[in-house]
Amino acid sequence: MGKVLVVTSGKGGVGKTTTTAALGAALAQTGETVVVVDFDVGLRNLDLVMGAERRVVFDLVNVVQGDAKLPQALIRDKRVENLSLLAASQTRDKDALTEPGVGRVIDELREGFDWIVCDSPAGIEKGATLAMRFADLAVVVTNPEVSSVRDSDRIIGMLDSKTHRAETGDRMEKHLLLTRFDAARAARGEMMSVEDVLEILAIPLLGIVSESPDVLTASNVGCPITLHNPGSAAARAYDQAARRLLGETIAVNEPRERRSFMSRLFGRKAAA
Amino acid sequence: MSFLNFILGGRRSAPVARERLQVMLAHERSLTGGADLAAILQKEILEVIARHIPIDRDHVVVKLDRGEQVSTLEIDIEMPETALAGR
Repeated sequence: MGKVLVVTSGKGGVGKTTTTAALGAALAQTGETVVVVDFDVGLRNLDLVMGAERRVVFDLVNVVQGDAKLPQALIRDKRVENLSLLAASQTRDKDALTEPGVGRVIDELREGFDWIVCDSPAGIEKGATLAMRFADLAVVVTNPEVSSVRDSDRIIGMLDSKTHRAETGDRMEKHLLLTRFDAARAARGEMMSVEDVLEILAIPLLGIVSESPDVLTASNVGCPITLHNPGSAAARAYDQAARRLLGETIAVNEPRERRSFMSRLFGRKAAA
Repeated sequence: MSFLNFILGGRRSAPVARERLQVMLAHERSLTGGADLAAILQKEILEVIARHIPIDRDHVVVKLDRGEQVSTLEIDIEMPETALAGR
């Protein structure tokens, strides 16, 4: 039986879709069978980030409503064979999803995959609640920024009350993934530190992904960062996060400030 | 870094992003009444075939590739011997 992982945040633009693609690909590369599922009905983007936008025929809504069979809607990744995508519908709205329908699809996916990674839409409305509803564990994507941390706190509260697991008295496993982190700004006190965010949200840290131009490049060409540029710092952070999800014990290293030769030569003034 | 890319002739990713978006948005804007032409085609093609032989929907594979100039819709239907026998 597969594990259902929801990638959520409350706030938009923090990196949920990037994270879903990167973690999904990283898990698949370890040999696990993985499906990434887009729950953002009406504003789908996971297909674009995965580079499969030209191949979408059927989507989650078609399967939920019985217009297509699940295997017909699954799109096999062309780079990693044990990775698949279930796209969201672009032409419908979120009311097209029903809780029993989503539950049936998730149950069927559990039979065929080791990991079902659900990309939640932003917000706390129906799409987001359905994305987390049947999850076994959650990755809360947070930027070290006040509005993101506040929204993450709200989402953590919902994970502990509005999910099937929470309602049946089971524990919902929650992990914090800190993204768009800027070590230099944190060192200068312009950005909340890792410790600050961890203290406020009080859930275990899964990883820290630094702000990186490599992430934009990967989404431009439609390839998860972990496949497109495996040597980049962001890809390594995602890869390690995936291994921690699989139970490996790997210490989280806080990204260090990388100062250029010139700023080192002329001291901090040059950078400020 | 950009200077280095220029010297080494490294391919920039922004033009790739623009091209992918243009193809996809051209397709999405052409959708009439919210219906996907590929989905309509596959439904009607299956209906026509189903008039003549029974089709098991588990044995139908639909593949689509949207290109800039040409899109291809590939419908793969398994026709068991028993369905064809006696015709």
